[in-house]
Amino acid sequence: MSKRSQQPSENEVTPESLYLRRREFLTRSASAGIGLGLGARLGFAALGSGLLAGCGPDEASAGRRAALPTRTLSTRPGPAELQTDEDPTSYEDATRYNNFYEFGTDKTDPARNAGSLRTEPWSVAIEGEVAKPGRVPLETLLAPHPLEERIYRLRCVEAWSMVIPWVGIPLGDVIARMQPTSKAKYVAFETLHDPQQMPGQRRGVLDWPYVEGLRIDEATHPLAILAVGMYGKVLPNQNGAPLRLVVPWKYGFKSIKSIVKIRLQESEPPTSWNQSAPREYGFYANVNPEVDHPRWSQARERRIGELRRRPTLPFNGYADQVAGLYAGMDLAKKY
Amino acid sequence: MRLESARARRRALRLATLLVGFAPAAGLVVAFLHDGLGANPVEKITHETGEWALRFLFLSLSVTPVRRLTGWRMLLQERRTLGLFAFFYASLHLAIYVGLDLGFAWSFLGEDILERPYITVGFATFLVLLALAATSTRAAARRLGRRWKTLHRAVYLAGIGAVVHFLWLVKADTREPLVYAGVLALLLGSRAFWALQRRSRSGNR
Ligand code: HEM
Repeated sequence: MSKRSQQPSENEVTPESLYLRRREFLTRSASAGIGLGLGARLGFAALGSGLLAGCGPDEASAGRRAALPTRTLSTRPGPAELQTDEDPTSYEDATRYNNFYEFGTDKTDPARNAGSLRTEPWSVAIEGEVAKPGRVPLETLLAPHPLEERIYRLRCVEAWSMVIPWVGIPLGDVIARMQPTSKAKYVAFETLHDPQQMPGQRRGVLDWPYVEGLRIDEATHPLAILAVGMYGKVLPNQNGAPLRLVVPWKYGFKSIKSIVKIRLQESEPPTSWNQSAPREYGFYANVNPEVDHPRWSQARERRIGELRRRPTLPFNGYADQVAGLYAGMDLAKKY
Repeated sequence: MRLESARARRRALRLATLLVGFAPAAGLVVAFLHDGLGANPVEKITHETGEWALRFLFLSLSVTPVRRLTGWRMLLQERRTLGLFAFFYASLHLAIYVGLDLGFAWSFLGEDILERPYITVGFATFLVLLALAATSTRAAARRLGRRWKTLHRAVYLAGIGAVVHFLWLVKADTREPLVYAGVLALLLGSRAFWALQRRSRSGNR
């Protein structure tokens, strides 16, 4: 872990400093204001909003900055063969550069707005093809499983990547406890839907709530985990607190955050980005340098903290473990 | 005396334009030095320079309508400078993309231009800005004569191209590029409106 991540100052951002930051922001965009003056005086209000639009989404005023968690978790290291020994991304970067549209579409929005999410109490609805469906408090769900640290690469579909030391439990163990019936072929997940707590949901950028899914053999693969923490501490809100999925061989959007429902079912569940743009995002979304996103290349990625791009690896470097799940499938079609 | 003050105002306006033009670049340099570009600095400066290119393009497109509405003729002298700032930021934008994003792998650029529609449009827009910047001198205007005006009408295409480039690159949240599209509609629409007015007036005669 880098030294930066141990600095406490960034962990205790007060509303006051948030306010100062905004002012700094306004000063910086003063130059836009000069251009604006000309237009606005003449009723070119739209020109004004065009210039301002770049200066920070208005969701910023809707949410609250989340204090970074201080509670540490006691963990044991996960299986060595599943871990990467690459340097983890700095804690600072991992908590200020997030895609979590529930809190705004800019990558700095979640850190700014996720303070309004209440993660306690939290419960998860267990539904569908299981022996005992019902709503389970998060503590009860976690109780039987020792927490493990898993250092994984994270590859976003937008061609950037990080290395995150997650804390979590194997999803397969949780599913086994649910006692799936023979009809359980897929696992469907759902994020909290509450525009009060999640200001980004007040706009229909995606069809809320966010939903994701896995085939059951993917879900029970030893690499797939439910995470409750990272960097030895409880998950920050902007990273998907209090419970999120991590499937490191798939693009980041598969790893659904702030989960309130897990449903086992016979049919392939709908997934949010696939519904939003089916040509661009498939159900499988395995990291694949050979299948480009229709609008950009997936051949290379920028590791956050590095300047130059590096090559992207098939299945994000986990091909040895997971390629077998897709034997005989045409991954250019099942993207 | 009056002449003096007109010249002073002209100078002041000139200076103001230059300050406004270089301020965003200076801001980026300061932010860079103070680690203020966030977790992904290359992405940040790509976005910032792209957006400033678009904003200066719009500012230069707004000179004519603003002058018409206010009668402030002096503004006209700044149109070229604003356009050149658009070209300046677009060049930085492209340089960052080719240098930092692609690591000067020119073959990637060729591939991107051919395969990624938003880059195809961005590149075409850049070529238009390049042509306009290269012919922006008085001498070039004199040499080209009437054709200069025709050529420089391509600035409308550049405006459309830049907005389409932006619209095609966002993932799901099209609000921001749509705001720019709205502004562009006003900028071009006002011209169309005045052109129609002119025509109907001369038709009545
Ligand atoms: C060869 C020419 C160009 C290339 C290769 C290029 C490339 C790019 C790239 C890679 C991005 C970021 C995409 C992303 O993050 O997903 C971008 C964004 C952008 N570009 Fe360009 N571009 C070019 C020309 C232009 C021109 C001429 C303009 C304007 C006059 C422009 C305006 C913008 C804007 C406004 C954005 C979006 C910024 C934001 O998201 O805030 N680009 N361009």
